[in-house]
Amino acid sequence: MAEKSGADILVQCLVDLGVEVVFGYPGGAVLPIYDALYNHPTIKHVLVRHEQGATHMAEGYARSTGKPGVVLVTSGPGATNAVTGITDALMDSIPMVVITGQVPTQLIGTDAFQEADTIGITRHCTKHNYLVKSPAKLAEVVHEAFHIATTGRPGPVVVDIPKNVQIATAPYAKPELKVHASYHPQTKADAAGIDAAVEMLAAAERPILYTGGGVINSGPQATALLRELAALTGAPVTSTLMGLGAFPASSDQWLGMLGMHGTYEANWAMNQADLILCIGARFDDRVTGRLDAFAPNSRKIHIDIDRSSINKIVDVDVAIVADVGSALDDIIALWKQRNHRQVDLTEWWARIAGWRARKSLDYAENGVEIMPQRAIADLYAATKATGKDVIITTEVGQHQMWAAQHFGFDAPNKWLTSGGLGTMGYGFPAAIGAQMGNPDSIAICIAGDASVQMNIQELGTASQYRLPVKLFILNNEYMGMVRQWQELTYESRYSNSYSDSLPDFVKLGEAYGWTGIRIEGPQELEAGIRQMLETDGPVIVDCRVAKMSNCFPMIPSGAAHTEMLLDPSQVEGVMSDEAKALV
Amino acid sequence: MHIQEELSQRHVLSLTVSNEAGILARIAGLFTARGYNIDSLTVADITQDHGVSRITIVTNGPPKVIDQIIAQLDRLVPVHKVTDLTENGPFVERELALVKVAGIGEDRIEALRLADVFRAKVVDTTIESFIFEITGTTEKIDNFVGLMRQIGLVEVGRTGVVGLIRGKDAN
Repeated sequence: MAEKSGADILVQCLVDLGVEVVFGYPGGAVLPIYDALYNHPTIKHVLVRHEQGATHMAEGYARSTGKPGVVLVTSGPGATNAVTGITDALMDSIPMVVITGQVPTQLIGTDAFQEADTIGITRHCTKHNYLVKSPAKLAEVVHEAFHIATTGRPGPVVVDIPKNVQIATAPYAKPELKVHASYHPQTKADAAGIDAAVEMLAAAERPILYTGGGVINSGPQATALLRELAALTGAPVTSTLMGLGAFPASSDQWLGMLGMHGTYEANWAMNQADLILCIGARFDDRVTGRLDAFAPNSRKIHIDIDRSSINKIVDVDVAIVADVGSALDDIIALWKQRNHRQVDLTEWWARIAGWRARKSLDYAENGVEIMPQRAIADLYAATKATGKDVIITTEVGQHQMWAAQHFGFDAPNKWLTSGGLGTMGYGFPAAIGAQMGNPDSIAICIAGDASVQMNIQELGTASQYRLPVKLFILNNEYMGMVRQWQELTYESRYSNSYSDSLPDFVKLGEAYGWTGIRIEGPQELEAGIRQMLETDGPVIVDCRVAKMSNCFPMIPSGAAHTEMLLDPSQVEGVMSDEAKALV
Repeated sequence: MHIQEELSQRHVLSLTVSNEAGILARIAGLFTARGYNIDSLTVADITQDHGVSRITIVTNGPPKVIDQIIAQLDRLVPVHKVTDLTENGPFVERELALVKVAGIGEDRIEALRLADVFRAKVVDTTIESFIFEITGTTEKIDNFVGLMRQIGLVEVGRTGVVGLIRGKDAN
């Protein structure tokens, strides 16, 4: 058999695995791989400006296409710069494979130039990781890495390849996918759980479907089945931040997002429900509010592919360890087989209508300043009017919550945001990655003035690859969410939350060959957004919004779903130390 | 504000894992990262081809935390199986300790007498010291060491617990 170098074996594996795009940055310890990629006919390499950007691009690519994102970085600083994005992918269950160069095996452990203990550093922020010490092992490891990253609960996998392993040769044959010795994620639910779930659903008088990112990870089939289950049961549907788009926001059964900045109706319905069906969500602290007051009179069913998510925070009555799509399929089949009819939920819906009538997402406008919520709502309306496929990414902060509240998502994989880790700097590179994977879609990053600066260097990447991404900055000259918490918790002592010395974003964009637009008042908003959408290339928009707006409704930390603040006038007093100590 | 502690239970967990580089760091790191306790941890390979190791962990925590520990261990890729010996019916657990005791005269005789009661073996001796080898449950060894402390304990080395389910089947 003909021998190949480790670098050639790696590239051949990527081809065999159907990889089309690699986001990366070269360096000493990956030069052999970069040489193998030189002028490659099928694998496109996207040269980023910072390795963290590469990881978020891979996340954006993965989340919007359903395919794994692939990152290639060098040893030492290349790998450590990737750590934030790797951790982000772990928290949000994004399939990603990160190839890192490493110093040659004989230098490992000697504090060699650009050496870092990549395996040690990434051990707890990856689903799994590998140090490959022989080119003969490389093919098997790379195939296994993709298998692990994309199956079960998806996540990031790091493959660390020393430079001499990239150069040394070994015989290559495409490896057969063999049964793994210890990795067997359960995807098919046990019958008892399905049976219990169906009977409980058929008997519930106040049911609610609480859905999360797992529905989207499970694939388009799961989203379709969720819609079918909602239609069969007539139950209201709410979702976590990560699950937006799995159920259409335009549906009458949609209650909006739940949790800290969720709607009044979603949180009250969770609190008053007699049955919560949790589908691919994980009872995160941002969702539950104060635990001892969380959904006190409900029975709970939890569908999750990761057994460790079940009973981690909230104890449930029925645990279903399975892929969401498979479990929903089973539930629907059994529901039909038993000829269950929809329970009369008229009374339940009447109560929900009462909560809806509070119009918790409403906001006051003064005609002088652009309210950030208005900017999002107008952006939503304008993108919808284009009739094109739109993908929204966000950074992290107030703008992220406003986008979640005021942009309606009717389809999965169109909403990319950093939920678990809450990584400022995620959104802009994620939009670049999404645009790369969806060249015909409009990829828009809704950003804040502070977080956009965390990976602003990627302006150059979008220019280089002629990616027409739109960067829509809600500029209030503050780290708004930090400032909001300082108002709520620290008597408005704005310690370091003012965005001093902001760049001129329009000129900054123009310096990179982008179109820059500034929107300064309500009368410019509609035209500014239209101009952004009609411009062919990349556009940066500096949308000046009301500086002191805060994000409501809000469940303050340590409070229950029923203790939502609907507007700033309800904020009073100073928080207790117990509440301050919560994140 | 004060931080409240929850009541803990002792559990002995038995894991089979692929014998690959970094597996011990992966498991120990999981315990530190998630704030779980390790009272003892032993590891050695147990198959002919050296492919699989058994790790025995003695941990403690409230029932919910123990359940999480098992679930978190189980989802590590190289972990084959996690068994909670404490929950899964009767099991045998043993620990080995080497106990160095110094003394002369009556103390020396008393040390030997106690060692006999505990079925400890003398594995090293000088005119004024012994090293005893003792196996048994953690409690038995604690008791033996406690008695020796009153006589002239110099130092102790302990292996930590290993355990197996009783009966003819593998767990």
